[in-house]
Amino acid sequence: MSGSAIDTTRPHAAPDADVVAAVARGRRGRGRRRLVVIALLSALILGGFAVTLMFGRTFYPPADVVGVILGRDVPGATFTVGRLRLPRAVLAVVAGLCFGMAGVTFQTMLRNPLASPDIIGISAGAGAAATFAIVVLSLEGVGVSAFAIVSGLAVALLVYVLAYRNGVAGGRLVLVGIGIAAMLQSVTDHILDRAAQWDLQEALRWLTGSLNGTTWGDVVPVVIALAVLAPVLLARGGDLDALRLGDDTAAALGVRVDRTRLLLIVAAVGLIAFATAAAGPIAFVAFLSGPIAARLVGPGGSLLLPSALVGALLVLVADFAGQYLLGTRFPVGVVTGVLGAPYLVYLIVRTHRAGGSL
Amino acid sequence: MTTEHSLLVEDLTLGYQDRVVVESLALEVPPGAVTVIVGANACGKSTLLKAMSRLLSPRGGHVLLDGERVHKMPSKEVARTLGLLPQSPIAPEGIAVSDLVGRGRHPHQGMFSRWTREDDEAVAAALVATGTLELADRPVDELSGGQRQRVWIAMALAQRTDLLLLDEPTTFLDVSHQVEVLDLLTDLNRSMGTTIVMVLHDLNLAARYADHLIALADGGLHAAGTPEQVLTPETVEAVFGLRSRIITDPVSGRPLMLPIGRHHDASAD
Repeated sequence: MSGSAIDTTRPHAAPDADVVAAVARGRRGRGRRRLVVIALLSALILGGFAVTLMFGRTFYPPADVVGVILGRDVPGATFTVGRLRLPRAVLAVVAGLCFGMAGVTFQTMLRNPLASPDIIGISAGAGAAATFAIVVLSLEGVGVSAFAIVSGLAVALLVYVLAYRNGVAGGRLVLVGIGIAAMLQSVTDHILDRAAQWDLQEALRWLTGSLNGTTWGDVVPVVIALAVLAPVLLARGGDLDALRLGDDTAAALGVRVDRTRLLLIVAAVGLIAFATAAAGPIAFVAFLSGPIAARLVGPGGSLLLPSALVGALLVLVADFAGQYLLGTRFPVGVVTGVLGAPYLVYLIVRTHRAGGSL
Repeated sequence: MTTEHSLLVEDLTLGYQDRVVVESLALEVPPGAVTVIVGANACGKSTLLKAMSRLLSPRGGHVLLDGERVHKMPSKEVARTLGLLPQSPIAPEGIAVSDLVGRGRHPHQGMFSRWTREDDEAVAAALVATGTLELADRPVDELSGGQRQRVWIAMALAQRTDLLLLDEPTTFLDVSHQVEVLDLLTDLNRSMGTTIVMVLHDLNLAARYADHLIALADGGLHAAGTPEQVLTPETVEAVFGLRSRIITDPVSGRPLMLPIGRHHDASAD
């Protein structure tokens, strides 16, 4: 059917098969780009993962690495790869997935790229609570995680309530969140200021995020959280897409806006808090992953998975670069911070010129 | 053809925080007809539309869809029967026209949004019906205001509801596009029997396109009926505080309102 033969008098008439085919082709074409990006990112993560296991101060050939993973005893490699590099690399990937997926959930839901959990105080809340638990309460492991998670949720709730007026507008929530984040950051600073020398090393990871000294005990809770919460978010991908059209439009499409938003917030905060409890608030990963994924994938289609993969790749590469490529050893959060800060400035400048969205 | 649905409002009271916008309103939407709601600014037209489509919970009274309380029904079930195009929907940056229209399929899809042939057919039909098929792969941001409005209507069509509520679908459009949009909605009503309820600003377009005209004033029903019954100098005076003359529109045969201001009044002196 050509453009001139528009038949507006039969709105629901079955369209010609070739028209349907053309529409389906366009949709699949845009979807294919997303699939290619997902495949490419997955391949890069796999490659990066292999590289971080093999390279370091000592090089181990692939055969040794595979041997360690399969549980064989390889002299030297069993300790270095099995106890040091493997948990660290796994945490880098898993925490990155958590940050990336949670970040884009917030940014999409609130229609504002600045509304990521690391900007609006949720990471800062989890971080302050963890510092408090380590330094003041002398807690370890699961106790610290639990503290971080409860506080992350409490901060999310506080920001939500303070920003609520006939629904939540992204801009107001971002401003409230930045204020709360600043307050919580000063709480963390204060606690660290008074910390005993031997607590400092452990507590310092809460300032920027670090994967130093990662053990399997750190990794397992994050893996479980990801396995439980990521499917919850992925199942709500359609609702999240509908929310981008505005609360009213989403509601008209059958989304229960307030309930859906609550579920998304709890799931996303859970991911952030578990990842933060294990690796610290790795700066800007949640904030950067969504916009990078959006550029790669193009418009349309859910960003949840691409953004999670971008997050994993960011943490993996930044941690490797921080350890071996920059002369001195930097914690991963310093590297991502250097990447993220200029983008934050750019976004704020751009948002003030026009009402920006993701 | 669509099935006929009844939509009733009983003793409805609506408001935001401590402000009451609509009070004890009762009205009936005739099935299979085009109903237009008119009234002065801030008289509660949009609020009423939101409550009818279960976006806003009533303070008192209820909205009945086929005898059932809309606010107690599952949201996706309502969204398959009753669609709403809000006043200012947001197009995500860079989204392609046919992807945006595809969002209308949301109430018909389960979790993980699996896409079926029926979804593609509904999108294609909506694009054809609104004359936006050639725009299908273009980004919505690049379109003109009139094209964009047709795309939003296409999204509502892809939802395939028997009732369609629209909040000022002609705002920001020039006159030719206003007529085009209203013609399109009339086609939808005449060919499919879709019940249309819309809020319009322009009284004369309202009188021309309405089968049933509702005039609201101060959060209550002032008059309802055919355009001839409702559009009278008395109603215009009471609802808008404006003196007017009503003549018969030579084009449509419907009533046409001519406002009387302080200037350019040939009958004065």
